[in-house]
Amino acid sequence: MTVVPIIKRDYIWKLAEQGKRVDGRKFDEFRKIEIETGVVNKAEGSARVKIGNTQVIAGIKMDVGEPYSDSPDSGVMTTAAELIPMASPDFEAGPPREDAIELARVVDRGVRESGVIEVDKLCIEPGEKVWIVFIDLHILDYDGNLFDAASLASLAALSTTKVPAERFELGENYPIPLKEPPISCTSVKFNNVVVIDPSLDEEEIADARLTVATDTNGDLRAMQKGLNGSFTKEEIQKVIKASMDNGREIRKQLYKSIGK
Amino acid sequence: MESDIKLIDNNGKRLDGRSEGDLRNIKIEAGVLHRADGSCYLEWGGNKVLVAVYGPREAIPRHSQNPLRAIVNARYNMAAFSVEDRKRPGPDRRSREISKVISEALEKVILTEQFPRAAIDVNIEVLDAEAGTRCAGLTAAGVALADAGIPMKDIPASCAAGKIQGNVVVDLGKEEDNFGDADLPIGISPRTGEILLLQMDGHLTLEEFNKAFDYAIEGCHKVSEIQKKAILEKYQSVVEEK
Amino acid sequence: MQKEKRKIVIPSQILGDIKSKKSGRGTFVENGKIFSGILGIEMENDNYINVVPIKGRYDPSIGDFVIGIVEEALGSGWLVNINASSPALLHQNEVPWKVEFGDTERYLNHGDSIMAKVLSIDESKKLQITLNDRNLYKIKGGYITDVEPSRVPRIIGKKGSMLSLIKKYIRCRIFVGQNGRIWVDGDTDSIENVLQTIRIIEDESVTFGLTDRIEKMLKKDAKDVQ
Repeated sequence: MTVVPIIKRDYIWKLAEQGKRVDGRKFDEFRKIEIETGVVNKAEGSARVKIGNTQVIAGIKMDVGEPYSDSPDSGVMTTAAELIPMASPDFEAGPPREDAIELARVVDRGVRESGVIEVDKLCIEPGEKVWIVFIDLHILDYDGNLFDAASLASLAALSTTKVPAERFELGENYPIPLKEPPISCTSVKFNNVVVIDPSLDEEEIADARLTVATDTNGDLRAMQKGLNGSFTKEEIQKVIKASMDNGREIRKQLYKSIGK
Repeated sequence: MESDIKLIDNNGKRLDGRSEGDLRNIKIEAGVLHRADGSCYLEWGGNKVLVAVYGPREAIPRHSQNPLRAIVNARYNMAAFSVEDRKRPGPDRRSREISKVISEALEKVILTEQFPRAAIDVNIEVLDAEAGTRCAGLTAAGVALADAGIPMKDIPASCAAGKIQGNVVVDLGKEEDNFGDADLPIGISPRTGEILLLQMDGHLTLEEFNKAFDYAIEGCHKVSEIQKKAILEKYQSVVEEK
Repeated sequence: MQKEKRKIVIPSQILGDIKSKKSGRGTFVENGKIFSGILGIEMENDNYINVVPIKGRYDPSIGDFVIGIVEEALGSGWLVNINASSPALLHQNEVPWKVEFGDTERYLNHGDSIMAKVLSIDESKKLQITLNDRNLYKIKGGYITDVEPSRVPRIIGKKGSMLSLIKKYIRCRIFVGQNGRIWVDGDTDSIENVLQTIRIIEDESVTFGLTDRIEKMLKKDAKDVQ
């Protein structure tokens, strides 16, 4: 593991006491976000998202398969994340560790529980054949805040996904049926200060982390707390507000990038 | 399997319009990642490959360290979404074999004696696959290593040739790879012409092999020019007078 | 001053002949010819052809002052990261404190930063560093940033001229390790100014007229503050 000098942590704390962050951002300000869709031809849908220097590619592949027995009329979706060694000197090759698994599951829940993919419209033959949606996240460059980059990349990729009906002789290709997506925003806490969109330096010294997903109405759709520190109720309220404000702006940017 | 596709017509034109000696379009960009010590993004026809280099750094586990030189770990991996039928994440036997032959090719040109007990890790990710990914991977790895400042005797370049419907051609495309009769990927040290990587499958007469071999070598040299241009382009501005 | 064009060279590029020149840093010889072994800038010095790397790990020399970050406290010393190709060993006898075996954690631990000196490099490149010098110590306060080791000479400047320039206009303490680690101390605004200045020097390090441009910029910033 790359060792973080204690002096660095102390300096970030000191700056925070003065209301500042190392890269000059405000506590509730995101880094520059870049969204590019259609980056992988072989995939049914794909997107590359950069938040600051953090870079993630999401690829959507679809296949025909059997439905789950408890939902015979619904399509199936599954999410996997690879924290490949390329993205950080600390990532090792091998089977996914808890970080990768947590990342995949949080992104998955964000998409699944919010019903972004209208899975009931992905049925081919009830009880027999349905569409399966694979969301694969490939982390290319890790500089803090993988949750939001991965989540945004998945949404952008889904937004341009075409169901490959032609390949399976099931008619013409058509856009995957989607509902309005919730946008996730992650914050971390250190030295009793809470900041949104943590950079790598900030994530390395964070005690607690909170991801909040909000929808177009400003309602809450998903939340996840991580790490072994704690939040006060006031801090949580502040995080929710910052997530809503930033969520709105990010959604605008997402729509712009997919030509909506 | 009998295929109705005519891979090459009577005028020597291939499916995508190329003649037998033409390479697909290649675009190379050096230094594209923030964390990695060196990196390269490469597009070759429909292939999209990203390579990141870390090192030299301490080789772990300790027992893998070589007291005389650095070990080179190339890891070739295909993203789940890079192929027509989604691939399950994780290395399969094919990936591990390709990783091995690429590691060995790189070991020959990297000046490993300068870093005893260290490791040089080369991560090759195929994001979009369309035949010839190992050549694209080795080529991009060469650029990423130079970008990382790793001392090398040469920047390795790689290209394949093959046979389609009786005709020897360079740089097989997707259908040509699927329905062709032979595939010969080669990696060289352009400065000396030494062969660093060589594999072949299919069926070639000796005469066909010689023709394919020459085509592949010529392809490697063309690729080498593109690599060098990409590196200089990235760093020329560093020395430009302001 | 003669303005020579600074030439970028890449691995395998031919630079000269051993009949007329000598093979220096970053080069190798094959069949009587001198080639570049790295991506870097070709510089000739006293008939030696050298290639100065643009990027790469720190290449230690005995006597170099470096900033290290302690990775692990061992029984008889510490493993310290100095941005070389492997960690350096700081033996318990090479520190100004009397350390008992197994008691190393009391003095230095994971995450501590130290100002050290490269003591020895053996044939298999195993490194040892020392804190036994009145200029060496455990660092407290300030901030540490990393630059490419190849930029260090530019940031220090000829006979320390660039550093003196920075300290003339910004109230701070700076120490530049040969290994590309820089320690800065002062109030937060000063630290920020120094970091910004260092970034510019890093980006423009091989251009001409840099010192003058930096002086102009620092003068202006100091005036603005007043």
